[in-house]
Formats: sequence, C-alpha cells, structure tokens
Amino acid sequence: MAEGKVKRNLVFEFTKGLWGENPVFRQLLGMCPTLAVTTSSVNGFSMGMATSFVLICSSTIISLIRKLIPNQVRIASYIVVIATFVTMADLFLKGNFPDISKALGPFVPLIVVNCIILGRAEAYASKHTPLQALVDALGMGVGFTLALTVLGTIREILGSGTLFGVLNFEPWVVMILPGGAFITLGLLIGLLNFIKERTGKPASAPACPID
Amino acid sequence: MDLLIIFISAAVVNNFVLIYFLGICPFLGVSNKLEKAFSMGLAATFVMVLAALVTWLINNLILIPFGLPFLQYVSFIIVIASLVQFVEMFIRKMSPTLYRALGIFLPLITTNCAILGMALLAALRDYNFIQSVVFGFAAGIGFTLALLIMAGIREELEMAPIPEPFKGAPITLIIAGLLALAFMGFAGLISG
Repeated sequence: MAEGKVKRNLVFEFTKGLWGENPVFRQLLGMCPTLAVTTSSVNGFSMGMATSFVLICSSTIISLIRKLIPNQVRIASYIVVIATFVTMADLFLKGNFPDISKALGPFVPLIVVNCIILGRAEAYASKHTPLQALVDALGMGVGFTLALTVLGTIREILGSGTLFGVLNFEPWVVMILPGGAFITLGLLIGLLNFIKERTGKPASAPACPID
Repeated sequence: MDLLIIFISAAVVNNFVLIYFLGICPFLGVSNKLEKAFSMGLAATFVMVLAALVTWLINNLILIPFGLPFLQYVSFIIVIASLVQFVEMFIRKMSPTLYRALGIFLPLITTNCAILGMALLAALRDYNFIQSVVFGFAAGIGFTLALLIMAGIREELEMAPIPEPFKGAPITLIIAGLLALAFMGFAGLISG
C-alpha cells in the first residue's frame, strides 16, 4: 500500500511541472531566457535542455546536502552549487555546440540567476528526499523545455514564414524582434488562462516570486 | 564621445529590459505602482554602478592575470550577493530614510539578472574601467526608465475593462511588447 502511494506521489511530482505548475505559463518563472532565446524552436529547445540539466543536478545535490547547510548561508550555498553546474553546461555547449552557444549568448551564464532553479531549491529540494527532488526537477525541466519549444516554434513559423517548407507567406518580422516575444507570451498565457477557466478550475494568477 | 555612445546605447537603444530581456521579473512584479517602481529602479541603479566597479576589478586584477576566467560566473554572483548584503547594512546604518525607501527591494536585486547580465556583458565587450562604470550606470537608468513607463501605464490600466483571462501578467506582457516596438524607434540614434 505504502509503496503504491509513494509511486503515485512521484508521478504527481513529475506531472505538476508539465501543466498545473508549469514554470513559465503558470508560475511566470524564468521569464528572461523564455523571452530572449525563443527566436527559433532549436534555440528554445537548447536553452530548455541546458536549464533542465542545471536544475536536475543542482536540485539533487542540494537535496543530498540539505542537512549539512546552516540555515543562514543556505542561499549563498545554493548559488555556489548552481553556478558550478552552469559553468559546466556553458563549457560543454561552447565545446560541442559552438553555434548554439553563440546564439544563446549571455543567457547560458544567466541560468545562475534563473528563478526557477533557486525557487525549486528553496521551495522543494531543501525539504524533500533526493529522489523526490530529482523527479520534481525533471518535471519542471521538461515543462520549461516544452514551454520554450512551443514559444520558439510559434515565433519561428510566423517570423520566418516557414514550416517544413510547406507554408509560404510573407513573414511577420515583428515576431522575431523583442516586441514579438512579449506579445506572443502574453497572448499564450491569456489563452491558457482562458482554457483553464473554461475547464472549470479557478485560474490562479500566481505573483512573481520576487514580491 | 565614446562614453556618450555607451551610455545612450545601454540606456535607450538597447534598453536592458525591453530589448535585452534582462530583469523581467522585477519588471513584471514591481511595476504596478509608480513609487515602488522608482525605488526599485534607484536601488538597482545604485547596485549596478557598484557591481560594475567591483566586478571589473575582480575580472581584470584577479581572474585574468591568474588565468581563472572559468570562475567568472561563480565569483561574479558571489560578489553581487555580498555587495547587496553590504550595501543593505551600510544604508541601514547611515541613512534610515533611504533604507526605508529602498529596504525591501535590496535583497531582491541579488537575483535580478540585469545585474549579472550587465557584469558579464561588460566583461565580454572588454570595456575599460571608466566604460564599465558608465555602462553600469546607463543600464540602471534604462532599467528605471522602463520600470517607470510600465508603472505609469499600469496605474491607468486599473480602470480599464480587461477580459478576465488577460488580467495581470498577460496584459502586462502585451504592453511590454508594444513598448519594445516603440523603443525600436531609437535604433537609428547610434550607428552600430
């Protein structure tokens, strides 16, 4: 019995990151990279993967050492752990995928201050077992990657006017520009709120983590 | 002349919030009241100038001579975090009035990616000491500008009949998009 409960619990921990607590669409976390790098689906996907890698590794490590860290210096300790993995991810991208590394620019090092990672460390990993933290990070990472890929794909289709060479229309250049990023994300979140409202669940609009 | 171009470029043409997408979290979170937005902008500008100064020194006097540029991210973020902490203690002692104005916004600045982004961009572009400090100041001014414009619009927006699903973040993002388009009009101001 107990084992089944744990398993179902883990499934819930994973799926909540995909939809109910999706970091981008529901929690509005990690907005900077979400808006900045989603000029194409490939860029969005790579950024999602890099962030997921850092999130999964740092959540697991932080959960493992959660009992060793004194409460007063926990944020500083988390940041050091996170920055270490970000440096690893950055060097890996630079060495193996120089084109993607160039396209993402300063947003790879900026994963350090991505509020998803610090948020999960503070709100979840520091209070749960490594396995739970790992599954939670996995769900959040997949949810983040999914959101970035969707956003990147929409902007690529409308902004470059191509989809597997089938469509062919005058591209809306604005979608590639910064303005297009804000507007697309705004409309998407609005749409998701609308869907949520229709399906009966109250649309909670969580505030930004910083206030 | 060189410094003026750096200033205008960072503050207006390549506005940190609207064009570079740095510091979006406070931009969405603290932009509902003009006063709050102004305090946040002030605190961020203050820390940015200090951070530009200190990170330049660390990068050019310690990391580069000793061949440790891979420690850049770790050291920059630690420096910024401790700087914020230090500034908070200093202001609390020296000027209680200023502390009350900036107080709660200071800790939030640690995780503001505009600060770290500014430090990394300055290091990437090989700015000299003066250029870095001007760049940090301009970035802060640009951040404050975007925050103030947004707060002004949002105060008016409270009266507007917005469709329910679009209330809060979505409408803010759409307005930010329109603002970003407007800011692109500055692009011709400097060449390159």
